[in-house]
Amino acid sequence: MITQHFPALIVVLPLMVSFIVFVVGIFRVRWCLPLVLTTLGLCVYFSVDMLYRVITEGSPIHYRLGGWEPPWGIEYVVDYLNGFVLVGISVISFFAGMYLKESIRDEALKSKMPQFYTLFLLQVTGLLGITVTGDVFNLYVLLEIASFSAYAIIAMGSRGADFAAFRYMIFGTMGACAYLLGVGYLYIATGSLNMGDLSMLLPKLYSSKTIIVGFVFLLSGIGIKMGMFPVHTWLPDSYSLAPPGVSVLLAPLFTKVGAYVLIRVMFTIFHPSFSTDIYPVTDTLSFIASIGVLFASVLALAQRDVRRMLCYLIVAEMGYIVFGVASANHYGLIGAIFHIVNDMFMMASLFIVAGVVFNETGTSDMDGFKGLHRKMPVTSFVLLIGAFSIVGVPPTCGFFSKWYLVLGMIEAGRYFSLTVLLISSLINAVLFFRLIEITYFEVKEEGAYKIGEKNTPFSFDNLSLYSLIPMVFYASMVILLGILSGTIVEHIIIYALPQAFKG
Amino acid sequence: MMMDFILAKFNYWVYVVLIMIGFYGMMTKKNLMKKLIGMNIFQWSIILFYISIGSKKNATLPIIMDIHSHAPSAADYINPLPHVLMLTAIVVGVATTGIALTLLVLIYKRYGTIEEDEVIEALKK
Repeated sequence: MITQHFPALIVVLPLMVSFIVFVVGIFRVRWCLPLVLTTLGLCVYFSVDMLYRVITEGSPIHYRLGGWEPPWGIEYVVDYLNGFVLVGISVISFFAGMYLKESIRDEALKSKMPQFYTLFLLQVTGLLGITVTGDVFNLYVLLEIASFSAYAIIAMGSRGADFAAFRYMIFGTMGACAYLLGVGYLYIATGSLNMGDLSMLLPKLYSSKTIIVGFVFLLSGIGIKMGMFPVHTWLPDSYSLAPPGVSVLLAPLFTKVGAYVLIRVMFTIFHPSFSTDIYPVTDTLSFIASIGVLFASVLALAQRDVRRMLCYLIVAEMGYIVFGVASANHYGLIGAIFHIVNDMFMMASLFIVAGVVFNETGTSDMDGFKGLHRKMPVTSFVLLIGAFSIVGVPPTCGFFSKWYLVLGMIEAGRYFSLTVLLISSLINAVLFFRLIEITYFEVKEEGAYKIGEKNTPFSFDNLSLYSLIPMVFYASMVILLGILSGTIVEHIIIYALPQAFKG
Repeated sequence: MMMDFILAKFNYWVYVVLIMIGFYGMMTKKNLMKKLIGMNIFQWSIILFYISIGSKKNATLPIIMDIHSHAPSAADYINPLPHVLMLTAIVVGVATTGIALTLLVLIYKRYGTIEEDEVIEALKK
C-alpha cells in the first residue's frame, strides 16, 4: 500500500510542503510551525519505518519512480547504509525545525518566518534526496537543491553573511560542476547513470583513462561539498555567520551527507579494489586528511569565537571520517559510517548550545560562556556532553566511533594518520577543557545577562520548551548512541559494509 | 599532425578552453560580478561538453515522425539523454545566477561596492 511509496514520499512531501508553507504563511503565520513539524515528523516516521523494514526483511528496498525499469528510469534505493543515515538526518532536522523559530530574535527577520521555513524544508528535501537516490544525475540535482537553499538561508545571517554566502556559492558551484563532469565521464564510458548498473559495468573499464578522470572529478566535487581540506575555506565563514537556528541544521548535516556520498562513490559505484589496489586513492586521501586534521585542529585552538571554533572542528571531524574511509577495511569503515551519524548528533548538540548562548548573551565569543552554569545549568550540561563526545570520553558516542577508526587504522598500518588523530583528540581536549573551565569555574559580574526577563511556566534556564527539548534530545542521543553502539554496529552497520569488507 | 588531433575533437578542446577561462575568472578576478561571469562560463562549458557527447554526424532526431513508415535503426539517432540532462542543468545554472545576482544586490546595498577587497575592508570595521 502506501508504505511502498515511502522512499519517494520522504523527498516529495517536504518539497511540496515547502511551497505550501509559503502560501500558508501569507495568511496565517501561526500555522506554519505545526505544518513544518508535522511534515518533518512524517519524514522521521518514513525513515524509521524504512530502516525497520530493511532490517527485518534483510534486503534493500528498491523504488522505481514512475514504474520505469532501473537503467532507464530513476531508482530510489534504501539499504542499511543510507537507511541509517536517513534516520539521523530526519531526526536532526525535526528538532532543528522546532528550534528554528526560537532562534530568530531579529524583528526584521521574524516577519520572514514563512520564507525561512520554505528554505528550511527545501534544504531537508535536498539532504534526504541525496541520501535516498540511486541515480548519479538525480543526486546532482538534489545536491544543488540543498546547496541553493543553503546559500539563500546563510545570507540571512549576521553581518558579513551575505558575502560569506557568495563565496560559498562560488566554491559550491565549482564542486557541483566537478561532480557533474565526473558523471559525464562515467556516462561516456558506460552509458548509464544508475548506481547499481554502473557498479556492474565499470569493473571491465578500470584501466580506461576516461574512468580515472571521471573518478577524480567526482572525488574533488564531493570533497568541496563536504568541506574536505584544502577546499574547506568556505565552511567556517558561512556556517558561523548563518542564523543560529540554521547552523544547527546545516553544519551537522550537509558535510556528513557529503561523506555518505564519498562512501557511496568509492565503495558502491566503484569496487573497493579500484581505490586500494589499482590506484593509490586511499593513500592519497589519508595523507591529505592527516594534514587537514592537524591544520583544522590548530586553527580551532586559535579561535575565540565559539561557533567559528566548532566550524573548524567540523573540518577536523570530516578528516576523521576520511581516515576511516581511507583505511578501507572492516573496522575502519564501521568507524566511518558510525562517525557520520554520531558526528551529526555531537555537532547538533554543540551548535544548538552555541546558538542558545548567542541569543541569550548576544555574543558567540568565549567570554559569553563565563559563569554560564549558574544561570543555565541545562545548557552547560549539554555543552559538557557534546564536548566529551568530541574529545572521545566514554560512554558518549564519540569514543566508540573513534575506537573503531583507531582499530581500522592500525589494521591498515597508517600510523602517521593514527598519530594525527590522537594529537587532534588531545587538542580537542585542551580546547574544550578551556571552554568548560570558563563555563563552570569563572564567574561573571552580576547584571551582565539579559536572561531572567521572561517567565515561562516551565523554565529551566529561562528557555522555552522549543529550545530546551531539542537541546536535551540531542544530548541524550549522544549518550544513547554510545550505550547502544554494540547493538547498532552488530545489527545495522555490519550489513552496511560493502561485500569486500564484511569478513 | 597536432592540428589533426585538435580538429578531430575540436568540441572537447572548446570545452576545455572555456572551462579554463571560467576557472581563471572565478579564481583571480577581484570584482564579484566578474567572478559570477566566470562561474557562468564554467557552468555553460560543461553543458557544451554534455551536448557534444550526445551528438553524432549524419544522425536524426530521436522522434518518430510517422508511425507507418519504416523507423530508422537506433544507430541513426542522436542520443537524447545528455540533452535532456542538460535541460535540468540549465535550470540549475539559471537558479544559481539568480541567487548570485540577488546576493550581489544585497552586498552592493550594504557595503556600497562589489569589489572583493573593499567589501573585506568594510567588514573589518
